[in-house]
Amino acid sequence: MKAARDLSASVLPLSLEGVGYAVGGKPLLSDITLRIEAGQRLVVMGANGAGKSLFLRLCHGLIDPTTGRRRWASGEARAEAQAMVFQRPVLLRRSVAANIDYPLTLKGLPRTARHETVAHTLDRFGLNALAGRPARLLSGGEQQRLALARAWAMRPQVLFLDEPSSALDPSATRIIEEMVAQFSDEGITIVMTTHDLGQARRLGEQVAFLHRGRLIEHRSAAEFFAGPQTPEARAFLAGDLIW
Amino acid sequence: MDGPFATAFSLIASGDPALMQIIGLSLRVTLSAVVIACAVGLPLGAALALARFPGRGAVIVVFNALMGLPPVVAGLIVYLMLSRSGPLGSLALLFTPTAMVIAQTLLILPIVVSLTRSVVEDLWAEYREQLLSLGAGRLRAVPTLLWDGRVSLLTGVLAGFGRASAEVGAVLIVGGNIAGHTRTMTTAITLETARGNLGLAVALGIILMALTLTLNAAAWGAGQWARGRLG
Repeated sequence: MKAARDLSASVLPLSLEGVGYAVGGKPLLSDITLRIEAGQRLVVMGANGAGKSLFLRLCHGLIDPTTGRRRWASGEARAEAQAMVFQRPVLLRRSVAANIDYPLTLKGLPRTARHETVAHTLDRFGLNALAGRPARLLSGGEQQRLALARAWAMRPQVLFLDEPSSALDPSATRIIEEMVAQFSDEGITIVMTTHDLGQARRLGEQVAFLHRGRLIEHRSAAEFFAGPQTPEARAFLAGDLIW
Repeated sequence: MDGPFATAFSLIASGDPALMQIIGLSLRVTLSAVVIACAVGLPLGAALALARFPGRGAVIVVFNALMGLPPVVAGLIVYLMLSRSGPLGSLALLFTPTAMVIAQTLLILPIVVSLTRSVVEDLWAEYREQLLSLGAGRLRAVPTLLWDGRVSLLTGVLAGFGRASAEVGAVLIVGGNIAGHTRTMTTAITLETARGNLGLAVALGIILMALTLTLNAAAWGAGQWARGRLG
């Protein structure tokens, strides 16, 4: 009981045990069994409609499995230990600094601690010059940078990213990838979807490959890219090379 | 034909006390009604946008329909409530400014509720996952969504103000158009026109139009400014 209350205790690993998600009897994810270990970088791949985004939302708790079990090592899913960055960042109609401050207020942090965290976060991600700017008027790259900074300021143990750079140009993509790599170096567990093979190679330690809502490969990235075992994954990798 | 206009401008220019009194009361009644309708309608509309309960659709339809509630009917309802034999007759509120505030609140509330519901519902569709992810539950999301929808909501509040300041039926029934006590711009225009006292009627008409124009200009300007400033 005491250990579960300890806020610094790891919520990981996260275990999915035969997890499925169906809407109106139509299975969108089926029978997924997987363990996400603390500190790893897991890249979730698959074609459009394979269920990558649903998989992330299910891990994060935005949706609940209709079959199977989702188990955190901490017992309960602790929302404050997780953060998620979406494909299109949703920023509030207020300043950059206020956007970082918002989730900290929700967490109930005292004012001085919030000010300190916001200042530190702005500083660390080079957002000082933008602090007072309305967040909605930033460029796409800046918005996603802010979304990542906001997630970081929440001090999550695990960060979910849903195609965080698919709408961005190469230089903005590189900045996002560098941020993700830094977060990982700090010990934050990374779970991200991407359909960019280059990005998957650069960031992935582990690869989970989804096909039509099923997890058909889950191996180290090195092994996966050296030679996928399933014909679907081979076709996926080959298809990308042709394109 | 320039008779009434000349009289109107001299009344306005001289700051005729009777005229000023009527304008003051009209603004006091309508602004009070707007404030009360917002205090109730903004949270209610937002709750209606986020809550899921059986009969929700019916409630939404009723509020939408009530936006077209004829002012005389609103006046009649409040009259029946407040008349001496009515359930609230003992409060002796009939033919007082308070009764007029109640009747106008009834007219504005559906506008504020329906518009808030629609604005917040759209915002929630966009923000839902992100807010839940950041740790805001539905209840905590309400003030956030209201604040982020502030520019659009201002339009609705203004529409409410416009409706209340322009209507004559409700305030006439529950206020009684008593000179110096419950006479507003619209009831005064009705009366003075019937009496053939067109100067005062035109003066009030001009002021009413100017007021509406000013408010809408201010709201439009604020909206433009906010869109450029907030995105």
